[in-house]
Amino acid sequence: MQALKPGKHAANLAVWLVLLAMPYWMPLIGGYTELASRVVVLGLAAMALNFLLGYTGVLSFGHAAYFGLGAYGVGLTLRYLVPSTVVAMLVGIVVATVAAALIGPLIARLRGVYFAMVTIAFGQVFYFIAFRWNTVTGGDDGLTGWRRLPLDFGFATLNIAGNDKAFYYFALAVFAVCVGAMALLLRSPFGRTLLAIRENERRARFLGIPVDRHIWMSWVISCFFVAVAGTLYALINNFVDPRALRWDQSGNFVIMAVLGGMRSFWGPLIGAAIFVVLQDFVSSETENWMSFIGLFFVLVVLFFPRGILGMIRARRST
Amino acid sequence: MTQLVILSLFNGLIIGAFYALMALGLSLIMNLSGVINFAHGGFLAIGGYLAYTLMPTIGFWGALLLAPVLTAAIGLVVERLLIRRLYGRDPLYSLLLTFGLAFMIEDGTRYIWGAQSVPYQVPGFLTSPLSSDFFFLTGYRVFMVLLVAVAVAGLFIVLNYTRLGMRIRAGTLDLDTVSVLGVNVRFLRNINFGLGIYLAGLAGVLAAGMLGLQPTIGTNLIMPSFVAIIVGGLGSLPGTLLGGLLIGVASGITTVFFPSASEAVMYVMMGLVLLVRPRGLLGEEGRF
Repeated sequence: MQALKPGKHAANLAVWLVLLAMPYWMPLIGGYTELASRVVVLGLAAMALNFLLGYTGVLSFGHAAYFGLGAYGVGLTLRYLVPSTVVAMLVGIVVATVAAALIGPLIARLRGVYFAMVTIAFGQVFYFIAFRWNTVTGGDDGLTGWRRLPLDFGFATLNIAGNDKAFYYFALAVFAVCVGAMALLLRSPFGRTLLAIRENERRARFLGIPVDRHIWMSWVISCFFVAVAGTLYALINNFVDPRALRWDQSGNFVIMAVLGGMRSFWGPLIGAAIFVVLQDFVSSETENWMSFIGLFFVLVVLFFPRGILGMIRARRST
Repeated sequence: MTQLVILSLFNGLIIGAFYALMALGLSLIMNLSGVINFAHGGFLAIGGYLAYTLMPTIGFWGALLLAPVLTAAIGLVVERLLIRRLYGRDPLYSLLLTFGLAFMIEDGTRYIWGAQSVPYQVPGFLTSPLSSDFFFLTGYRVFMVLLVAVAVAGLFIVLNYTRLGMRIRAGTLDLDTVSVLGVNVRFLRNINFGLGIYLAGLAGVLAAGMLGLQPTIGTNLIMPSFVAIIVGGLGSLPGTLLGGLLIGVASGITTVFFPSASEAVMYVMMGLVLLVRPRGLLGEEGRF
C-alpha cells in the first residue's frame, strides 16, 4: 500500500541508496561488512514474516523453523551432496517451503493465540530433529565442514567465498528480488485480499473469499521468503546450529517487525537493523546479553508498540 | 520386557503429571486473560532455585511449602507492573513481553546461581526404592505423583466449590458480564495469575528434586506444556490435564523403543490431533 502513495519514491530510493552503500558506512559506526550482510538477511526474514503478520494479520511465532530449514538445507547439501552454492540454496528453499505447505493446512483454520501457539510448537519439531540427529546434523555443536563456494555463471565467476563485500552484494541482490516480489504480491488483487482478511475476516468471508486458503497461501509465501533468508544466513556464517531454528529466533523476527512497524513495508528492515546492531554490541560488551535483549523486548512492547515508522506516521497525521 | 514397559509407562506418567502441572497454570492464565505466558518456565526455575536457597534454613518440607508461595508473590507483582497493561490488546504484545521476561529470568538465574547445574537434596527416606522388584519406583517419584494429584485436586476444588473459583470460571466464559455484576476483574485476574504461577513454582520445586537445577530448566519444560494444552484442547482444564498425561506417557514409551524420537512423538501426536480435531481432545467448539 505504501508503494502506491506518491512521494514514496524518494523514501524508497533513500532506502536502496543506504543499503547499497552499507558496506562503506558500516565501518564508520564501528561495524563490519558481515554485520551489514546480517542486517540485510535478517531484514529479509523480518519482512517475510511481516507479509503474514502485518499484511495478513496472522500471528506466527514459529518462522525460525523455516528459516532454519533453509539454512540446514544449504549446509547439508554443500557438505554431503553437491558443491554448488546455488543448488544448495534451491534445496534449502524447496525443503522449507514444502514443509510449510504441508503444515499449513493443519494451522490455517486456527486464529489468534491458538495459531501462535501451534506454530511455536510445530517449530520445535525441526529443532529437535536438528538437535537429536547427531550423525547427520552435528547435533548441538552445529553443522560444520562446509563453506560457501564462488558463484559460477559460466561466463564469469563471482567470488562470494573469499570476498565479504562480494557476498554482501550477492545477498543484497537476492534481497532486492525477494522484496520486489513481495511488494508486487501486496499490490496485486491477491495482496488486497489479504489486507481485507486482516481488516475484517468475517466480512471477507461473506464476500465469498476462501479465507483459510488465502491464509494458507500467505503462510507458504511468507515461509518461502524466510527460507531464502535462512539460506543466506547459513552462507554468511559457513555454519548452522540448532539455535537458527529454535523458538527464540522466531521471537527475534517478531520483535524486529514490531520494533520497525508492522504496518509499514520497510519497518521490519529498520527493526532488524536496530536489533542486529544492538545484539552485536551488547553481546560483545557483556556476558549477560540475554537480560538486555529481554529488557529490550519489554521496553519495545511497553513504549513502542506501534514501531518506529508507526510512531512517525502517527505524529505526522496529528 | 514387561518390567521395562511398566518402567517407561510409570516414567511417562511422572513426566506427564509434571507437564500437566505446568500446563494447568498456563491454561488458567490463558483462559481468563488471553495471555500466553512464555515466562512460565522462568517462574518454574525461580520456584526451584528459591527452594534450593531456602532449604538449608527451613528444610525440605519448609522449602516445599514456602518456595511456590514466594514464586506466586513474584508473579502477582509482575502481573501488576507489566502484564496488566496488555489485557485487551493484540495477543502479540503479551507474547513478546513474556518472551522478554523469559530471557531475563533465565539470564538472571544464571547470574545469581551460576550456569552449572546444582544438585537438589531430597530426604533420604524418599530416595530409596519402595520394593526391590521395581527398583525404579523410588519414594520420591511416587511422592511427586501424589503431590501433583493433590495439587490438581486442590485446584479443581478451588475452581468448583469456592466463590473465587466460580468467578474465575465465569470470567473465562464472559468477563464483561462478570465485571458488570460487580466483581473486581483486575483483582480477579491478578489472583488468577498468581494461582497459575503458584503451580509453576510447585512444579519447579518438584523438578529440582528429580532433574537437578540449571538455568535452562524452565525453557526446556515449557514447550511440552504448550503441546499438552493443544492436545487437550484450549480452554479446557481437564483437557490440559489429559493432554499432559497423554504426551508424557507417549514420550515415556517411545523412550524405550526409539529414544531419540521421545520429543518428536509429542509433536506427532499434536499434528494428528490438529488434523482430526482442530480444537483439541476436550476443547470447546469455536472458542478460539
